[in-house]
Amino acid sequence: MFQAILFYLFSAVLVGAAIGVIFSRNPVHGVLFLILAFFQSAVLWLLIEAEFLAIVLVLVYVGAVMVLFLFVVMMLDVNIEEMIGSYARYLPFGLLMAVLMVTELIQIIWLRSGEGGTTDGFAATPEGYSNTEALGAVLYTEHVYAFEIAAVILLLAIVAAITLTMRRRPGLKQQNIARQVSVRAADRLRIVKMQAEKPDAEGQS
Amino acid sequence: MMIGLQHYLTLSAVLFALSIAGIFINRRNLILLLMCIELMLLAVNFNFIAFSRYLGDETGQVFVFFILTVAAAEAAIGLAILVVLFRNRRSINVAELDSMKG
Repeated sequence: MFQAILFYLFSAVLVGAAIGVIFSRNPVHGVLFLILAFFQSAVLWLLIEAEFLAIVLVLVYVGAVMVLFLFVVMMLDVNIEEMIGSYARYLPFGLLMAVLMVTELIQIIWLRSGEGGTTDGFAATPEGYSNTEALGAVLYTEHVYAFEIAAVILLLAIVAAITLTMRRRPGLKQQNIARQVSVRAADRLRIVKMQAEKPDAEGQS
Repeated sequence: MMIGLQHYLTLSAVLFALSIAGIFINRRNLILLLMCIELMLLAVNFNFIAFSRYLGDETGQVFVFFILTVAAAEAAIGLAILVVLFRNRRSINVAELDSMKG
């Protein structure tokens, strides 16, 4: 019962945050609502004992990806006023689509699960079960190739992001490392033979 | 009444439909479109985790792990494209991106 109350509370906040994301005028507010939605999702995942993914969602997703979003949104000087024009025109159509999809999906979900309306919860995990340990045991044995492909995808993302945003600026002073390394003493230093001179008498005083 | 598979699937359906409505409503603002895609991936992850717990199989949660990886890569590349776009055109309005006459 207590779990049901928690579920309804957090899912209400989650749906409210999602509505905040799609209706926010200011992109910064939208990103902050999205962060709230991710936090609520993490709590809901904790409720069904998917602890590892809940913590990953908070640490990696909120901590890295959403902060990147926030950086970009704050860095771009977006003109908010010019975005508002089409807002009201597509609103009825979008809401109609959403209501249609929700009713269809909910009908499918609840009709297939029997008429009663009461459901039994998820099966309890055995004593001493560690979600992280179980995930690791599967991840590094059965799915090790997929894991390596995921690493390659992340590398690809790094390379793509850097090549897209890097630009050559004219007039930039920079070192040429190869020329610096391959320079010889003869290129820089000229030895001149000349007669030794007597020091000046007045200068010695 | 216990919280079971159906409750989580319903919540995921509501979240997915909301993000689709968001894509229709905010079809001019590229940043909000990216955020709606993130929300949609979150709804998909809900489905995977709920079924993983229902069937008692960890593979679904491993899949969520990979979805998170791909979503992070997608966000990084998408935001890089957004920055380049804004630098070249001083605007992120989707309606103005018509140089290919599509």
